[in-house]
Amino acid sequence: MIAAIAFYVFAFILLICAAKVVTSRNPVHSVLFLILAFFNASALFILAGAEFLAMILVIVYVGAVAVLFLFVVMMLDINFAALREGYQRYLPVGLAVGLVLLIELGAVLLGWQMAPEAMNLRFAPIAAGTQNTVQLGRLIYTDYILIFQASGLILLVAMIGAIVLTLRDRGISRRQNIGVQLARNAGNTLVMMDVRTGAGIGELRIIRPQAAEPAAGAHDAHHGAHPGAAHDGGHH
Amino acid sequence: MLAVGLGHYLVVSALLLVLGVFGIFLNRKNVIVILMSVELILLAVNLNLVAFSATLGDLAGQVLAMFVLTVAAAEAAIGLAIVVIYFRNRGSIAVEDVNMMKG
Repeated sequence: MIAAIAFYVFAFILLICAAKVVTSRNPVHSVLFLILAFFNASALFILAGAEFLAMILVIVYVGAVAVLFLFVVMMLDINFAALREGYQRYLPVGLAVGLVLLIELGAVLLGWQMAPEAMNLRFAPIAAGTQNTVQLGRLIYTDYILIFQASGLILLVAMIGAIVLTLRDRGISRRQNIGVQLARNAGNTLVMMDVRTGAGIGELRIIRPQAAEPAAGAHDAHHGAHPGAAHDGGHH
Repeated sequence: MLAVGLGHYLVVSALLLVLGVFGIFLNRKNVIVILMSVELILLAVNLNLVAFSATLGDLAGQVLAMFVLTVAAAEAAIGLAIVVIYFRNRGSIAVEDVNMMKG
């Protein structure tokens, strides 16, 4: 009874949140409603006995995907009001397609019945008294090992793809130049000066080299020419 | 076993899928909200898989739901990366401006 009430509450909040995701004016609100929707979906998973998937859903979606969405929404300087211009125009066609889809799904749900031999065709029956996570782990690492590896590969490809797509070299990154580093010696980087006791560095003209901070982009060209100049002037 | 019937889960999942499709049509210009709608659709698929898995007592559905989750996460990452570089190149993320490939 309590489980049924919980199901209805979570399902109701899930659907409300999903509706707010697609209708909110502000995409940041959309992302926040998406997070709440995922939380409620994971509660529904728990009610269905899939605890591991529920936790994975929270970790992956709320912890990674939703934050990614939030990051992109906030990072891009987009005029979201302009993107909503055709909202009224697309509303009727969206409602029509949604209604057709809903009617079709309703027809499927009303006319659908479980095949009588479905219980005999189960691939991995859930054993009573064993934890969901344990069973899932046994299944994934034995029968589904190839698909598991393939999904790992998909994630790797996605990671490399996302990095390659968004990486850009603006010429201001300071990379290690091992040749220049090894070619340095004390003679061209170090200047020995006599410092009187009590004298200030301005008085003795011990100042940082003028070209200590080269302009952006000119760093690499500058680097080889004056090995000492491009670095911090603390070696006097 | 499920606390409520399988039909309840299927109805919730069907409504979630319809809302996702509706969102794609409604926010036709905003790629980010379209990606969120795709996430909602994939969530509906996962809900269906888990509900059937619990009803039949078959764990294979939950395994499949996990792989759907993996692919959904990869899709979101790649999609958002494309949105970022597209915005960097064109200064806009409107779907109708996507015509550089003359498709």
